Amino acid sequence: MSIYLNSDSKIIVQGITGGMGAKHTALMLDAASTIVGGVNARKAGQTVDHTDHEGNPVILPVFGTVSEAMSETGANVSVVFVPPAFTKDACIEAIDAGIELLVVITEGVPVQDTAEVFAYLEGKSTRMIGPNCPGIITPGESLAGITPHTITDSGPIGLVSKSGTLTYQMMYELRDFGFSTAIGIGGDPVIGTTHIDALEAFENDPDTKAIVMIGEIGGDAEERAAAYIKDHVTKPVVGYVAGFTAPEGKTMGHAGAIVSGSSGTAQAKKEALEAVGVKVGKTPSETAQLMREILQSA
Amino acid sequence: MDLFEYQARDIFEKHGVPVLGGVVATTPEEARAGAEKLGGGTVVVKAQVKIGGRGKAGGVKLAHSPEEAAQKASEILGMDIKGHTVHRVMIAAGAQIAEEYYFSVLLDRANRNYLAMCSVEGGVEIEELAVERPEALAKVAVDPAVGIDAAKAAEIVEAAGFEADVKDKVAEAIQKLWTVFSEEDATLVEVNPLVKTEQGDIIALDGKVTLDANADFRHPEHAELEDSAATDPLEAKAKEHDLNYVKLDGEVGIIGNGAGLVMSTLDVVAYAGEDHGGVKPANFLDIGGGANAQVMAAGLDVILNDDQVKSVFVNVFGGITACDEVAKGIVGALEILGDEASKPLVVRLDGNSVEKGRAILAEANHPLVTLAETMDGGADKAAELANA
Repeated sequence: MSIYLNSDSKIIVQGITGGMGAKHTALMLDAASTIVGGVNARKAGQTVDHTDHEGNPVILPVFGTVSEAMSETGANVSVVFVPPAFTKDACIEAIDAGIELLVVITEGVPVQDTAEVFAYLEGKSTRMIGPNCPGIITPGESLAGITPHTITDSGPIGLVSKSGTLTYQMMYELRDFGFSTAIGIGGDPVIGTTHIDALEAFENDPDTKAIVMIGEIGGDAEERAAAYIKDHVTKPVVGYVAGFTAPEGKTMGHAGAIVSGSSGTAQAKKEALEAVGVKVGKTPSETAQLMREILQSA
Repeated sequence: MDLFEYQARDIFEKHGVPVLGGVVATTPEEARAGAEKLGGGTVVVKAQVKIGGRGKAGGVKLAHSPEEAAQKASEILGMDIKGHTVHRVMIAAGAQIAEEYYFSVLLDRANRNYLAMCSVEGGVEIEELAVERPEALAKVAVDPAVGIDAAKAAEIVEAAGFEADVKDKVAEAIQKLWTVFSEEDATLVEVNPLVKTEQGDIIALDGKVTLDANADFRHPEHAELEDSAATDPLEAKAKEHDLNYVKLDGEVGIIGNGAGLVMSTLDVVAYAGEDHGGVKPANFLDIGGGANAQVMAAGLDVILNDDQVKSVFVNVFGGITACDEVAKGIVGALEILGDEASKPLVVRLDGNSVEKGRAILAEANHPLVTLAETMDGGADKAAELANA
């Protein structure tokens, strides 16, 4: 078991013919993902050649629309690599087509575009992850995104993080245990899937025994996640928050990572998590050690 | 990006929001000319700083003639307001104020929509009002798919409790302020105060606007709003190379990949510094995915030009970025920089192609480069070298 993504997931890539799309289609195939095609309105009818994780050739059809790709291939997941200026339209097209899971990797999407897409999701069946995220990996089964699949294998830990490279770092620190699913929700101010959504899914996933939650400065998502954990999560949760040394008023790489006045600080997030019994590490390695102790005593 | 008041005023005017005449000035002479341009009568000379509380600090002064405007400008220019030096003043036409209101529309991260806030008790610190008299501050959610149309504007003025005689005019101003928010890709548009004049007109007297940098591609004109005078020279240099760099006050230069990992690296270095004379991280620098030798060289160049920096910690977890590319980048950068590279580098590589990357660095055997096995170990070593 896993959350949101498994070996039955059939993936299409929006922007499969672009540089990023082509490169990561190849890497997703290496990770054993089932990729069934791609979308590019201007290149409909063409095919792209790839190789699957066993070295067999894969010829992927390029469709003009998401809806056509879904009806022809039975795809239920789309990974979006289109440039920021076109991301809103690409998302709305996929939502209209009824895609189950929409993973938006693109960085630099205007926040009003994302807010419109999120409003558009209301009442629809699509779950959106991102934008500005590394996507989601269920090790050994499927990868919809850009997380390296070689870091670790399947295991009992569920991971949810705002940051891509911190996801990789944490998977690496705990590579001897492995992960059920690791999901990078993205560092933008508005995102489709939150810490709380992922915590709920991990709580309900029988194969996830414990959860690592990684946050960073900006907004109050971690504080709200803490309140959710208090009332709804019975599995052990270990936390990490990045950005204790971040100055006020400066955006630290991620569009959403900014301390405004006294709000959004790492200290406030750490305290909120600790107040509900979540053990919070000072560093990634200390966080991994806290998780290690939990799993070894279980 | 936060705008100055005068820039907000200009953007308001562009979208038809009622504002008073205003002219920006950087010298007393320009202030005099500005006051004359506005008719030579009473004007307000206002310090242009991106921080609140300038009135209390003496940064807003009334002047009854162009000469007096020049005099007040000379008093205000160069003032320090909470750490912000005043480089510009705005000469604003005077108004006879009958009532002061408040309006803002902003991105609501928690609810993933927009929030409009409005009050008939404006002109005060809105954070204080929100705490002391929350019932006086109307909060109305705005659907990003719809925005503030006539019906929503009417809902907002109703919730705020405006008198019947101004309702329509305020609603009209609110719709125009929504146009500013929407068409300029803002994350905040705030007017405090929004005033009713003795003549019964509604005017946006002071505005605050924050623009979304991600939307710059559809607003090339926003580049002109950048305050180049306030930008740190190293930050400006980094920006030329499209590097994500923030200058901090410390001795250990930091280079990493991915915003989260770099933020985390700063923290780990700060903790390590506690054992090494209190040294601190000198900067945030994210080289992003797929960095090559040029990017690495540009990053190192920026950091090595920071006189405060005594050592550099390169912390890379190769996901998409391959460690051998990073290693080639470091070796290439040191070649390009030659004798200019004079500070010790601690390099920690893990992940994608790590063996190749470490082998490249080992083979180059550069006297300034130390390889670290772990992030914690690298941070400790870099802090130690910065304290040497």
